[in-house]
Amino acid sequence: MANRGFDTAKLPGFTPTAIFVFVALYLPIFMLVFYSFNAGKAVGIWEGFSLQWYGKAWANDHVKDATLRSIVIASVAAVVSTIVATMAALGTTRRKEFKGQTFIYMMINQPLMVPEIVTAVALLIFFAWIKVATGYQGLGYLIVAHSAFCIPFAYLPIRARLEGMDLTLETAATDLYGSPWQVFRYLTFPLLLPGIIAGMMLAFVTSLDDVVITLFVKSAGQDTLPTYMLGQIRRSISTEIYAISTVLLGLTVALLTAFFLLTRKKE
Amino acid sequence: MSAAETAQDAAATRNGWWLSAPALFILAFAAVGPLLIVLVYSFLTPGEYGNVEWIFSLNAWRSILLTEDIFEPGKFTLADAHLTIFWRSVKLSTLTTLITFAVGFPTAWFIATRSPRSRTMWLFLITIPFWTNLLIRTFAISEVIRNEGLLNTLLLKAGIISAPINMIYTDFAVFIGMTYVYLPLMVLPLFAAIDRFDMKLLEASYDLYASRWQTLRRVILPIVRPGIVAGSILVFVPSLGAYVTPRVLGGGKKMMIGNFIELQFGQGRNWPLGASLSILLLIVVSAALVLYVRVSGRENRHG
Repeated sequence: MANRGFDTAKLPGFTPTAIFVFVALYLPIFMLVFYSFNAGKAVGIWEGFSLQWYGKAWANDHVKDATLRSIVIASVAAVVSTIVATMAALGTTRRKEFKGQTFIYMMINQPLMVPEIVTAVALLIFFAWIKVATGYQGLGYLIVAHSAFCIPFAYLPIRARLEGMDLTLETAATDLYGSPWQVFRYLTFPLLLPGIIAGMMLAFVTSLDDVVITLFVKSAGQDTLPTYMLGQIRRSISTEIYAISTVLLGLTVALLTAFFLLTRKKE
Repeated sequence: MSAAETAQDAAATRNGWWLSAPALFILAFAAVGPLLIVLVYSFLTPGEYGNVEWIFSLNAWRSILLTEDIFEPGKFTLADAHLTIFWRSVKLSTLTTLITFAVGFPTAWFIATRSPRSRTMWLFLITIPFWTNLLIRTFAISEVIRNEGLLNTLLLKAGIISAPINMIYTDFAVFIGMTYVYLPLMVLPLFAAIDRFDMKLLEASYDLYASRWQTLRRVILPIVRPGIVAGSILVFVPSLGAYVTPRVLGGGKKMMIGNFIELQFGQGRNWPLGASLSILLLIVVSAALVLYVRVSGRENRHG
């Protein structure tokens, strides 16, 4: 671009505002990470490097239980939602628009539109009925609830990947007498795999982050990591929470980086 | 259309439904279906120890706005406590939307005008907080602004203040927290809109002697309007239904609708009121979404 000493894309005050936003976004997060390694308890007063808060969190049985529960729920929910979302994506893309497709879209995206608190209340009432009727109190309720609200997060990247795929390859494979299953197994699935993994990771993160629906659906003693943290924050601020937050943060960043690399457009 | 083609279409439709069926079943069971139960519950009578009695009643809907006098049945007054909570929810959500736009637009513009390589990095930097646990981000903010938090400790140590400034458990704290947690939801759609904006229009505008301010108001903002609408909806909707942020930063005193709904299912022991409030929230949010679809639909027709 010709440099005429007048940058047309520049608007006064925009760059400082943007820099301020980035600093403001990251400062509180960095503070959590930084003081999680503090030997002392108070934030703002650095008393030397220590891993004691990580040790305390690790030794805390409540934390261990909650972590395990979170991982079990998120893993199962991610797998279930990804399988059904992959099927739905295959059923709703790359074909002539059919009657009811809009309805399917609306159903799948519903968890993105309805306020979480409303779904939480609905599930509280509905699952209370089932609990009374069957006597079952296990983790199943949380897993079903999480699987449901994870579906759109798994569906969207898979659909995006499918829409970018070349349909002629599959036509060619069919012309060469590949059965529908063979075409899917040896062609569509491998090509779609990055989208599926990306969708599964988003579903996993989404499940791991959930507070509101979990809070309403869980039975006594079924705390996940976020609901346990919420309870602790209410009582008294413990530096242990800093350590747990830092670990969760690290996990999220790692998964996101992987997601980013998987979905990056090849240039 | 030949008979073979019609048959093929019908097969494709059937196929599409079969493949979508498992997802639809889970969603109907654990997301959409239970909403109908909430609707039914909003027309029932509260049970003495929570839950409901199966007796039809419009009390829950009436009590959203009106309170019946304890001593004079049949005499109704406006429910001030409820109105305070609604007003706070609407006020804070609107403020949050406005401020996130005011700082989010320059941020999105900044990202969109970087070189393609560094743009990816800036975009990634916005995405990370977006996917970071909402509770952790809210907790981080509370640790900055609480009385023994980072800000007050540093200001006290520097001798700028002699007593901590009380910020937490106020409307201000909830507003700051929501702005912080929902900001990426404003920046991302704004970026998508600005990214499509043809920067040559700016040269044209300046060649025609428009000032920077005129260019912003008359050229840029009208063209990126769909992004503004999308960002505003994406921030306003979760703000209005927010639960975690007002709970942590409002400390149970500065309740918003979300916390008020929860209260009805806990200590309030008024499930029908909680149900009617939930449906009301759902209606408001749906109205906002319908508005969005209509506005963005109009843009598409013109574009």
